[in-house]
Amino acid sequence: METAPQFFRHGPGPFVRLFVFALLSCLLIVGDVRFKYFPQLRQAIGVVIFPLQKIAYIPANIYDQVEEFIASFNLLEENIKLRQIYLENREQLLKLASLEAENIHLRNLFGAVQYIETKTRTKAVLAKILYTPRDPFNHKITLNKGSQHHIQLGQAVIDDKGIVGQITQLYPWSSEVTLLTDRDHSVPVQVVRNSLRSVVSGTGKNDQLELRYLSVNTDIQQGDQLVTSGIGGVYPPGIPVATVLRIERDPTGDFAQIISTPVAGVDRNRQVLILSLIQPETHDALEMPKIDSGKN
Amino acid sequence: MTPERIKENRSNKDNYFGQDVYIPASNWFIAASLVAALILNFLPLQEDILVFRPDFVAIAIAYWNISHPHKMGMGVAFGMGLMMDVGNTGILGQHALAYCVIVYLTLIFGRRLRLFNSMQQAPQIGLILLIVQIVIVLVAVSGGSALPDGQYFFATVTGTLLWAPGSFLLATLLKQKPDPDAL
Repeated sequence: METAPQFFRHGPGPFVRLFVFALLSCLLIVGDVRFKYFPQLRQAIGVVIFPLQKIAYIPANIYDQVEEFIASFNLLEENIKLRQIYLENREQLLKLASLEAENIHLRNLFGAVQYIETKTRTKAVLAKILYTPRDPFNHKITLNKGSQHHIQLGQAVIDDKGIVGQITQLYPWSSEVTLLTDRDHSVPVQVVRNSLRSVVSGTGKNDQLELRYLSVNTDIQQGDQLVTSGIGGVYPPGIPVATVLRIERDPTGDFAQIISTPVAGVDRNRQVLILSLIQPETHDALEMPKIDSGKN
Repeated sequence: MTPERIKENRSNKDNYFGQDVYIPASNWFIAASLVAALILNFLPLQEDILVFRPDFVAIAIAYWNISHPHKMGMGVAFGMGLMMDVGNTGILGQHALAYCVIVYLTLIFGRRLRLFNSMQQAPQIGLILLIVQIVIVLVAVSGGSALPDGQYFFATVTGTLLWAPGSFLLATLLKQKPDPDAL
């Protein structure tokens, strides 16, 4: 026996120790959930565990490299395919430029408020997903870019299909993204078909978002595309968010129950883009009246 | 050791010496295994595999508290829990509380558990892992989350299955090499 017998040991028994630590945990839990204390503690621990997360990412890195190596054999084919896609996208971009010009021109004719051109301009940083939590309570992911890479709180995160979430916690070399599906997360959106504005909120379930507080007779249909409206200045306007999955109109209730699914692969990606808006909130005050008139 | 096992070992002298001589684990070894468990927990897994990922840290803490009680205190478990919480982007104190519960349960039942071999220990460890997951769920639910579906508890099943190979691995690393120059 390498340890001393129990009766020579001093100190409290297991139950007392558990009691003390349980009390400490409960303090932490309440402080964290209710009051969002301890951001510094979180930061400090985040810095400590970052090397571990980095080490844990090595296998994924190797996997990526092997995959790239295998992919390099049919580089030529891929190049041709990508060139085709590029041309198609290019055509649409050209159309977009002319449409934008036309839009500004028409707005000028109407004497309407100038839509800030720079508002749609964004700078993007590519980031890798370091960690996805296992338990279904945390709709968050950790990215490998942090405040050292000039990432800021509140920046939007997208993938190739649409919005993934928003940066809510910063560490020096990594950051936490709250996904769309998080219970406490909402995105101002607009229906593409009739530019109806609303807010889509997470439900805490994967693949389910909710449009709250829309009346029973709202003009919304199954399959409607929801894009960001740009109100609030967090998300750039016009990026796809979700597709309406089903609508339950209960005539006895006040509001329709509208469930939609996020378009982005909220939990299936390896890489995402962190967007930063250039000059996000210059003319928001001027646009306010228009927001109200746009609502039904 | 049970009386039967002692009797059995007496009848087979080689077995008796071969079985229970382990190097006492150094603090470094324990720390290294805990860090390794933490790294395993932080592996960037995707949906399908992620469902089956056991809580390696919980298993490591249980193992050390059963085989070397009082070597790794509750404070260390608490610290590991905090690190897991931050890495897991969850509520601070959630895993910390759960891991302290492991230490408590293993300190209470450790003596009894050491009577069994690792295969027999597995289902009992499974019960401890289940209690730990329930603690985590309770904390999350008290924070306002919805109850998870049954898939969440797969981790307990895989953890239970991993117990025997895991403890075999750690025990092999600690086994005394037979010294040819000994008497």
